[in-house]
Amino acid sequence: MRAKTRRADPKLLTGTHFMNGDEACAEGAVAAGCSFFAGYPITPATEVAERMSLRLPQVGGVYIQMEDELASMAAVVGASCAGARAMTATSGPGFSLMMENIGLAAMLEAPCVLVNIMRGGPSTGLPTLVGQQDVMQARWGSHGDYEVIALSPESPQEAFELTLEAFDLADKYRTPVMILSDEVVGHMTEKVVIPPPEAIGGRSRRKRKPGKRGFVPFAPGENEVPPLVFAGEGYHLHATGLTHDDHGYPVITPDAQERLVQRLVRKIRDHTEEILRTEELYIEDAEVVVVSYGCSARTTREVVERCRQRGLKVGMLRLITVWPFAEDRIRRLAESERLKAFVVAEINSGQIAYEVERCAQGSVNTVLAGFMGGRIFTPEELLPIVEAALK
Amino acid sequence: MIRKLVSQQNTAPERSGWQSGHGDHPLDRFLKEGRIPHIWCSGCGIGIAFTAFVRALDKGQFDTDGTSVVSGIGCSGRAAGYLNLDTYHTTHGRAIPFATGLKLAKPELKVVVFSGDGDLFAIGGNHIIHAARRNIDITVICINNFNYGMTGGQGGPTTPLEARTTTTPYGCAEHPFNLIYMAKAAGAAYVARWTVLHTYEMRDAMIEGMNKRGFSFIEIVSPCPTGYARRNKLGSTLDLMRFYRDNSYLAEELDPENTALPFQGRVAVGKFVDKEKPTFMDMWDGCVVSKARKR
Repeated sequence: MRAKTRRADPKLLTGTHFMNGDEACAEGAVAAGCSFFAGYPITPATEVAERMSLRLPQVGGVYIQMEDELASMAAVVGASCAGARAMTATSGPGFSLMMENIGLAAMLEAPCVLVNIMRGGPSTGLPTLVGQQDVMQARWGSHGDYEVIALSPESPQEAFELTLEAFDLADKYRTPVMILSDEVVGHMTEKVVIPPPEAIGGRSRRKRKPGKRGFVPFAPGENEVPPLVFAGEGYHLHATGLTHDDHGYPVITPDAQERLVQRLVRKIRDHTEEILRTEELYIEDAEVVVVSYGCSARTTREVVERCRQRGLKVGMLRLITVWPFAEDRIRRLAESERLKAFVVAEINSGQIAYEVERCAQGSVNTVLAGFMGGRIFTPEELLPIVEAALK
Repeated sequence: MIRKLVSQQNTAPERSGWQSGHGDHPLDRFLKEGRIPHIWCSGCGIGIAFTAFVRALDKGQFDTDGTSVVSGIGCSGRAAGYLNLDTYHTTHGRAIPFATGLKLAKPELKVVVFSGDGDLFAIGGNHIIHAARRNIDITVICINNFNYGMTGGQGGPTTPLEARTTTTPYGCAEHPFNLIYMAKAAGAAYVARWTVLHTYEMRDAMIEGMNKRGFSFIEIVSPCPTGYARRNKLGSTLDLMRFYRDNSYLAEELDPENTALPFQGRVAVGKFVDKEKPTFMDMWDGCVVSKARKR
């Protein structure tokens, strides 16, 4: 700890800190009551694991460094099934290995949090340098159909806040939740204010335990989500990665598949509006809206401010929730008379631009400001693209 | 609105495969209602090992609320789904890391991994050696039938030299693992091997393993009549039982290095390792938490 802290509750380091985005993720997790972390060292996400290895034994949790990322994610799903708030952290190559058991978490509806500090790819790519190229992998990376929630912080402060919130979303929707951070935000050291306990509030995971008599573990409950129950509570539940019925038993039929997969998709898709968080800057009268997220939004913010100083009607839509996608918001903006174009500023070859174009199709143009990574793009690089879109 | 899913049906389908007659057998309390008969072929050894496990739960008086079974993928992996405990049928090879998470998040749970040789030693090979090294307090029951049964009898890391499988039509040309030698070398606290002929020994080894503090590994040599035995013309399961009777020998004094299982060779059985060693959680509490709390 480098700054003033109040040491009352070891779970919550209330106070003002100077810490990087990776450490802020870890603190957000600990504040949320995360008690299990399994991971594997990887640049630029290692600091998350390092901090968890320091912090978890102080707060009654368990940290384990697994033999690889396959095992890390499997252990996280196991810990989740035993009732722990569980997390892992990784970057591109490790994220690829985790895909297998992200699918298992989606199928078992095991709430968990996965931090991906994105670096440049493909393959080993740029271990120490930034990229935002895992956005589509976060959405579609594991085989089969499912939906996930992914949040993208633009600062260490937001990394703290979103990681904290991610655990609640994971519980509410019984799904893996991803923090799609990036090397710039992960390694950037800034002021992080950790609020007092009363501002965080009690984090109760479920209102009450369901009764055991006639309990059907995967019957849809509130929001189509089955109630949370854990190993060792006497429910004697079976959970399988096979297509299963409401009882959790394998049923290999088209009917069971239709019912299960529709529910896995709909429990998130149909609640997009409740999950979705965006930040809007000068949107009301904008002729060009720059869509951005994570570290890219920092450059975008600067560009939008410079445009406004010159009287140019440019706004920003920042995706705090990347998945599920803000499609209604984009569609409504696209339908407005004054909007000339979307510019999508991201450090990849157009992963979110595809989504924006899909939602804006037929109404306005979508322009990609795509950078391949290794560094964050400068305002001078983005500005001419925005100016061209205004014409 | 492409993304709006049109619901084909909203009601839960009829339970398929649901069987009546539950409760007729005194051990039915360990089985999930309606799930038997199982999927295993007639003559398969997994059912015998499964029964031994159920008898171990009974004789060992293990608490059904506090015992959890994790399986990987394959024929043996289906065992979890029949047990009236908290059971998890996970991804291929990952039963052990999943069980590691389950155990460490709730150390009071008794966690058993019930899976096959391909799942645990091919795709999951890296995990088993590390779980043994860390001495995670779980019990691993490995059904070794020398091939991949679920996918139709392919060769794997335990297929003996010269043995025929669907992917070794000219005979297996790869050296197999000796599972108990590997488990010992990786640091397991308890290592035993029995065949499915040894129903009582197998049951008692399971009880012993589950009561052992630390990583326990039990290999169960088992016939696969549909896959391995048929392609190698080994006869029926009854023939293989006779083979186990005539060819297994108690070898507890033997170094596991000398207990390899050559093609239709003699089968060394017994308990090969039973030692005290601090578990992962012992070390975590003693060497990590105690220091962390002082900071």
